[in-house]
Amino acid sequence: MRVYEVLFIVAPNIEESDIDTLVTQLSDVSTNQGAHIAKIDRMGRRRLAYPIGKFSEGHYVVFTLEGTGAEIAELERRMRVTDAVIRYITIRIDEDLKRAEKFKARRVARAAASAGSRRGRRAEPVLPIGDNEEGDEEEAEL
Amino acid sequence: MSSEQRDHGRRDDRGGRQGGGQGGGRRFIRARKSCRFCADKVDYIDYKDGRLLGGYIPERGKILPRRISGTCAPHQRMLATAIKRARNAAILPFSLD
Repeated sequence: MRVYEVLFIVAPNIEESDIDTLVTQLSDVSTNQGAHIAKIDRMGRRRLAYPIGKFSEGHYVVFTLEGTGAEIAELERRMRVTDAVIRYITIRIDEDLKRAEKFKARRVARAAASAGSRRGRRAEPVLPIGDNEEGDEEEAEL
Repeated sequence: MSSEQRDHGRRDDRGGRQGGGQGGGRRFIRARKSCRFCADKVDYIDYKDGRLLGGYIPERGKILPRRISGTCAPHQRMLATAIKRARNAAILPFSLD
């Protein structure tokens, strides 16, 4: 399963109640296609960094959903034909999240290892040389 | 392919205390800039965090080079991606006058 983050901006001239129905409509579309919606985040009305169409403000809504990717196509198609949605962006985040997990685990492991050995490793070089994984700078820095 | 060599290249990129090589004259020794994201133990830079990203776009709205900010390479990559995503989401501008 892949995790996606779908952000869309609803035009500012839409009533709050209409946004609610739109949000439920769109979430229904994705659940009907087999996606599981993990989170719906309504970030509220925000200023746009640049005008989109004739609007300089918009309601930001973020869906976090799990799916195969097929439902994204349908969801995007629906948003494309909905005039109230002035911008949408879909980002696949499962790989990023996995990477973040990995870094975190490594950091925890390293902290445990250094706490176990000794204190005051100030004199040691920044690069952990003993750490020889098929790695690159990434792990040296993180 | 020693790690020393690699390290050297990276240090050049970020402007550290390594000076300018053999170019004689005065050499300034400046403390090495450190990566803010490493210090804060950030694993993922969220593109929706406009306030955080805003600090990395100076007047023209360009992405601040790591030469200036001291951000490490992996975090600079994440940062650049996040900024580009934020631009499409109208959270950050593409350009500022």
